[in-house]
Amino acid sequence: MSPRPWFAAVLVVAFAVALTFLTLPVVAIFVDSSPGKLIESLGDPVARDALWLSLKTTTIALLLILAIGTPAAYFLATRRFPGRALAITLVELPLVLPPAVAGIALLAAVGPTGILGGAISDAGIELVLETAGVVVALTFVASPFYVRQAQAAFSSVDRTLMEAARTLGASEARTFARIVIPAAMPSLAAGTALALGRALGEFGATLMFAGSFRGITQTVPLAIYDRFSTDFPAALALSSVLVAVSAAILLSVKLVSRVEVLGGRAPS
Amino acid sequence: MLRVDARSLLGEMELDVQLNVQPGHCLALAGPSGAGKTSVLRIAAGLLRPDSGRVVCGEDVWLDTDRGIDVVPESRRCGYLFQEYALFPHLKVIDNVAFPLRGMRRAERRSRALALLERFDVGSLASAYPLTLSGGERQRVALARALARNPRALLLDEPLSALDARTRAAAARGLAEVLHEVEVPTLLVTHDFSEAAQLGDSVGVIDRGRVIQEGTASELAARPGSAFVADFTGAVVLTGVARPGESGLTTVDLDGGGTVVSTDHAAGPVAASVYPWEIEIEAAGARHGGSARNHLAAEVTSTTTLGNRVRVALAAGQQLAAEITQPSAERLALRPGVRVTASWKAAATRLVPL
Repeated sequence: MSPRPWFAAVLVVAFAVALTFLTLPVVAIFVDSSPGKLIESLGDPVARDALWLSLKTTTIALLLILAIGTPAAYFLATRRFPGRALAITLVELPLVLPPAVAGIALLAAVGPTGILGGAISDAGIELVLETAGVVVALTFVASPFYVRQAQAAFSSVDRTLMEAARTLGASEARTFARIVIPAAMPSLAAGTALALGRALGEFGATLMFAGSFRGITQTVPLAIYDRFSTDFPAALALSSVLVAVSAAILLSVKLVSRVEVLGGRAPS
Repeated sequence: MLRVDARSLLGEMELDVQLNVQPGHCLALAGPSGAGKTSVLRIAAGLLRPDSGRVVCGEDVWLDTDRGIDVVPESRRCGYLFQEYALFPHLKVIDNVAFPLRGMRRAERRSRALALLERFDVGSLASAYPLTLSGGERQRVALARALARNPRALLLDEPLSALDARTRAAAARGLAEVLHEVEVPTLLVTHDFSEAAQLGDSVGVIDRGRVIQEGTASELAARPGSAFVADFTGAVVLTGVARPGESGLTTVDLDGGGTVVSTDHAAGPVAASVYPWEIEIEAAGARHGGSARNHLAAEVTSTTTLGNRVRVALAAGQQLAAEITQPSAERLALRPGVRVTASWKAAATRLVPL
């Protein structure tokens, strides 16, 4: 039975409104900024510093997230212990934390007068108003996106495959590396992209916790905000660069898990 | 020799088994689903730890809860064939088989894996991915993989149940040949008695966590120790009350009417069992001139063709079933509602106390 005409019309209109609303601002960035202005803004040392800093801090934060988040997510997915549900909720909490609150929370925890502030400065590490602080802020807000996705991915790996690997002589570590990681790969890639996108666009927590100093803590979103009041076309140009990078990330993730994009059968 | 001795509470059910399997021997554990069959295999392989027990393979103690020994699965060297075969979907067939081969050069691993695949007639599938294989091919690849490490014991979980009926017969013959060649103890579980009879050197019937009878398949069929075993082996089971009859025979007054006689001795409530292929069907009112002593008037409730046989379901106070040939079924014009007489010999009637 075909759907009623009015219902089909509602679906089409809703879709058209959603698509326009979501794409128009992004399209406007490119329409408003001339290519010449874009090239010119990339020549600006302030913009280049911001781009380089964003790239550097995001990469380090992402490596930290992958290195610690992957085994942590596997632990959550495969072990049963008292308080597990609570632990999962706590890990997910930063997802719903407003960025400004995240910045304040980081200051209270690892800032100079924070709970761990003394221990951190005793160790000779400076976080506030330093590049390392940016990395901490990015890791804090972005890691739950990855850990959550990775935990779901590990939970859905067929336990029989893991048991089969064990009976075939593989230790738990080898089973994890050779069977679990490849089986979970499409979801892990998606989680990585989510975390990467979140880290790249991070604004509030970085501003509150690390400040906005050119070349040290001023990432691309902070540089955009900085210029917004004084040089709108330059802010627009820098925005278009960020959009291009984000779109490239989204596209590469779709390519990595192309089996699903093409509607083919994902390995089960 | 493989010895599995385990007690464990599995949900509502208490598992309590003691099994011994000799090298080169295949013990088939047969029982309904939920009887604890797979748990026995998992305990042997180290994938499930029982509340208490011992697992010993040859000289090696794999599990001894009293002494705190619990060898990890990867060190037990069991060849485990999983029910759905558990091939790694992201690895090619040859890499699946090479997975357990370690401590040798890559070229040697590949040539060994290929040799194993060729032994199971699936060498041509080496570079295919498991998802593209048929059920029968997957089973053979999984078997090659399970045998790759020269296992000390072979554990097979429902090796044929993931196959369609067409493939199953050929796969069963192939598996029987493999089991004949392996020199290690083999423990196989299945829910199908005929499969157990075909593949096992001996059969253990397991129900609700306990092995209730063990012996060769023909022993179990001929002398079922309980009504459950008789029913499970495919026999018709009729309940009634036994009393001594004439000429040293036992007469059973069936629940729901009618009597049967048996050469077995019993008294009180019993289950009388007989195999469907022992039951003869005649048109109602025919003269009983043969040696059969048991005759029950019955009504045909359904007929099912199984290859060249026809299974005839009958109602005669209690339900029973007979298996006859297709031409006989046609000659008697059997269809639901037709009244017939079911006959069988007293000597084919087994009695077990209830």
